[in-house]
Amino acid sequence: MEENKKRLVVIGNGMAGIRTIEELLKIAPDDYEITIFGAEPQPNYNRILLSPVLSGEMKFQDTVLNDWGWYQEHNITLHMGKLVTKIDRQCCVVETEDGLVVPYDRLLIATGSNPIMLPIPGMSLPGVLAYRSIDDVEKMLVAARNSKRAVVIGGGLLGLEAANGLALQGMEVSVVHLCDWPMERQLDKVGGGLLKEALEKRGLKFYLSRQSEAVLGEDKVTGLRFKDGDQIEADLLIMAAGIRPNIALAKMAGINCERGIVVSDNMQTDDPNIYSVGECVQHRGQTYGLVAPLFEQAKVAANHLAGLDEMCYQGSAVSTKLKVTGIDLFSAGDFNPADGDEELLLQDSSRGVYKKLVVRSNKLRGAVMYGDTVDGSWYFQLMRDGIDISEMREHILFGQAHIGEAGHGGVSSVANMADSAEVCGCNGVCKGTIVNAIVDKKLFTIEEVRAHTKASASCGSCTGLVESILANTLGGDYSAKSSKKPICACTESSHQDVPKAIRELRVKTMPELMRALEWKTVDGCHVCRPALNYYLLTAWPGEYQDDSHSRFINERVHANIQKDGTYSVVPRIWGGVTTPSELRSIADIADKYQVPSVKITGGQRIDLLGVTRENLPKMWGDLVAAGFVSGHAYGKSLRTVKTCVGSEWCRFGTQDSTGLGIKVEKMTWGSWTPHKFKIAVSGCPRNCAEATIKDFGVVCVDSGYEIHIGGNGGIKVRVTDFLCKVATEAEVMEYCGAFMQLYREEAHYLDRTAPWIERVGLAYVKQRVVDDAAGRAELHARFLESQRYSQDDPWKARAEGMDAYEYTPLANIEQGAMQ
Amino acid sequence: MNWIQVGNLDDIPRQGSRTINTSTGEIALFRSVDDQVFALNNRCPHKNGPLSQGIVHGTRVTCPLHSWVIDLESGEAIAPDSGCAHRYEVRVAHGVVLINLEAGVCKI
Ligand code: SRM
Ligand SMILES: Cc1cc2nc3c(=O)[nH]c(=O)nc-3n(C[C@H](O)[C@H](O)[C@H](O)COP(=O)(O)OP(=O)(O)OC[C@H]3O[C@@H](n4cnc5c(N)ncnc54)[C@H](O)[C@@H]3O)c2cc1C
Ligand code: SF4
Ligand code: FES
Repeated sequence: MEENKKRLVVIGNGMAGIRTIEELLKIAPDDYEITIFGAEPQPNYNRILLSPVLSGEMKFQDTVLNDWGWYQEHNITLHMGKLVTKIDRQCCVVETEDGLVVPYDRLLIATGSNPIMLPIPGMSLPGVLAYRSIDDVEKMLVAARNSKRAVVIGGGLLGLEAANGLALQGMEVSVVHLCDWPMERQLDKVGGGLLKEALEKRGLKFYLSRQSEAVLGEDKVTGLRFKDGDQIEADLLIMAAGIRPNIALAKMAGINCERGIVVSDNMQTDDPNIYSVGECVQHRGQTYGLVAPLFEQAKVAANHLAGLDEMCYQGSAVSTKLKVTGIDLFSAGDFNPADGDEELLLQDSSRGVYKKLVVRSNKLRGAVMYGDTVDGSWYFQLMRDGIDISEMREHILFGQAHIGEAGHGGVSSVANMADSAEVCGCNGVCKGTIVNAIVDKKLFTIEEVRAHTKASASCGSCTGLVESILANTLGGDYSAKSSKKPICACTESSHQDVPKAIRELRVKTMPELMRALEWKTVDGCHVCRPALNYYLLTAWPGEYQDDSHSRFINERVHANIQKDGTYSVVPRIWGGVTTPSELRSIADIADKYQVPSVKITGGQRIDLLGVTRENLPKMWGDLVAAGFVSGHAYGKSLRTVKTCVGSEWCRFGTQDSTGLGIKVEKMTWGSWTPHKFKIAVSGCPRNCAEATIKDFGVVCVDSGYEIHIGGNGGIKVRVTDFLCKVATEAEVMEYCGAFMQLYREEAHYLDRTAPWIERVGLAYVKQRVVDDAAGRAELHARFLESQRYSQDDPWKARAEGMDAYEYTPLANIEQGAMQ
Repeated sequence: MNWIQVGNLDDIPRQGSRTINTSTGEIALFRSVDDQVFALNNRCPHKNGPLSQGIVHGTRVTCPLHSWVIDLESGEAIAPDSGCAHRYEVRVAHGVVLINLEAGVCKI
């Protein structure tokens, strides 16, 4: 530990706590030594997305906000699956259930809330579940597979999302609710009625104005009885009757608590060393159950922890959307008109649209919308900013696009787009998702939107549309910044434009391509030509005639140029495994050509350095005769497949890493890639082949093979992301080919896999390579197809006379040049 | 003037180059995409990189070692870099390439 660092301990590895740490790291990365406790055995994930996981629209991995790497990267000590049981304010330490004691200088309590379990008999029966954590969702998914009838108690936001999810998993679902209509806290009677109707159409059953009296069953749930004596059958019972701030720890430690932990405007509790954020907090009498306010709290707490003290939290207005695909619902503010308030109403039954705005003294106070929620965020903005709406009153119900002269004309097309309209086809992101991300997460740039929503992160063709949505949502706050950089001064076209043009216009030669994209120079330059050559080669394997004069010297002459103009020669040594006779031939050849230096490389090969250009083809001829092929140590291509000894010899080896490495190398050698591509296979998690800093790394384990991608050991070290685990060597080969092909087809020229993955997101790669089995097989097949044309040994061809002019002078003149 | 015949135009690839050995060092011959031929000392003014191994584009070549760009007509480095690889006069007559071994003068 560094002496001068203060110790910050966080209780709660959830959304508010971790957001606070992210904000803190942004402004004061070095101030604290951070320790985080989380009772859940997962890294920080996006709780909001549990509903899509339950309905099967997403996988848990897609919801992870900060994976292990993030904690490591920021030197954060994470204790996960550990419950803190005591805060000792006297000694400034926290204690865990298993006796760990950790001291703090500052403490952040972010324990969230607990689901309310009704105090009725039968609550502890197996088959009764809450809806709060991924653990709950996993149990629900198991139950959905094994049983038929589900009852959800609570017709609020969570209850309805749970009910919808379970119905999509094939269960018969009933919703029991105390009030006359669902979501009464967010919707008026009419809106609630419309919602109920829509959900009934999807097969949900409603029991409204009913009070539950007892859960029925002997050793597991069999049903539910109401106060009125009626009863219904159930195999699974979900409690979604609300949440209660989780304040037990704070209360025990004597911190001032009412409904929640009471905090000041800078998120401090009554103990100035202890801060609190999230659902467990009570601020100015309010508690919150949505993330937008928690994120505002996180900013303020971080600011104060960093000693800046320039922000204060003033409470938040909140708006609600229901995350049931196909149902558009928005509500914000106070929608039950009081005396003197006016009500603006629009009801279009045939379109299924209902809108109600509540106005007091010419200002919006509340909004309920059903069916058409495009303008939700706009109303919400008007409400929060307290805008006088008398000018736009006549048209306000028709939405922002109809305000006409007020300066919104140009953006009306995106304003008119439905929230469910798909904007980004590659990643299936619709407009609503983008707008929500912009509003909830306070995004200001196209890069941020891309990072958060993945919209425009893949093929990029929707970038313009996403920018308009951003401009439209942010209004005056938005300043456009060009995100598309031209490849070089010869052109306006970017790395996104060129491959797209090649495929769409079916261009097959470089001059054609330059004409089509209006290149400004006759024949490009050393920056664009290699890129164009690469893009054409990948688009038309076997058809496009490689242009050696558009390649950097190393790839043109298949050797690495050295600072004195000589070359190095690295023969391929499959998986790093060689034989005495191979070594003898290399030694003889090194002698024959008087190679000044022979070196073992970092890639488990042998480098023969200092060979003259004239000698290259002859030397290759000898190497080829001894059974070698080019090692491509010079190319934007597959470099080496490093292996360790593995199960054949090593006492820890779990699989034949050496043999697998060789197979992988035989499949992938010779391929051209956007930048160099390195592979390694380690025989066990000790990882002696350093597979977790390779573009594609395999770590063998007892039960199979872990696949890791996007590592880089070079200029900026990046540890790989874990992609998935597979059971057989054949799968490793398929995933490898598919991953390489995706990278070959979609990365920008000169992007290594690491920056590429950071740009498009791991989730995207997973979706293409892991989730989509048919897509993976196609990628793999395309890879093999292109390999058919690139596994000719370039050394053999040149030893036999190809491109001989590259290696010989045109003339020898006795006379000297006169300078 | 001392014109020496060094080979045929066809021996030099378009957007490529060939070298000539002389007793005082290598000369690089370049052929542009529109068939103009240029000759320079095969030594980059930066750190003697072999210019003949660079990528030829327009009437320029990019040095293979650290990517300085050299103008083929004058032999001079394109700003912001500065330096000069001596140039030689070249003539192409009936498909034959001739070179005058008296080096051009460098401005700097
Ligand atoms: C020969 C070797 C060093 C050695 O003696 O061990 C080497 C030599 C060169 N490396 Fe390397 N690298 C060598 C292993 C590595 C490794 C280790 C590895 O592969 O396990 C790394 C880090 C791993 C990685 O790439 O993620 C490495 C990261 C780099 C980088 C930085 C790449 C990056 O993305 O950050 C460069 C620069 C570049 O490619 O732009 C580079 C570039 C170079 C170049 C090609 C520089 C150049 O352009 O001339 C060197 C060529 C020397 C020559 O003529 O042979 N070399 N280089 C190693 C050849 C391995 C092989 O058998 O093929
Ligand atoms: C299914 C579902 C859908 C939702 N949908 C939306 C939505 O659409 N929009 C929206 O804005 N909000 C939504 N929410 C609400 C949102 O997820 C919460 O407001 C938010 O997660 C609260 O953040 P938090 O950090 O306060 O609490 P949490 O995210 O719950 O984090 C608290 C963490 O603290 C841990 N913890 C508690 N006590 C201890 C202890 N003693 N020791 C160690 N660790 C402890 C817990 O295990 C938990 O991981 C939804 C919630 C759920 C459950
Ligand atoms: S680290 Fe790599 S690039 Fe740098 S000098 Fe060594 S071999 Fe060359
Ligand atoms: S030697 Fe030519 S750029 Fe350095």
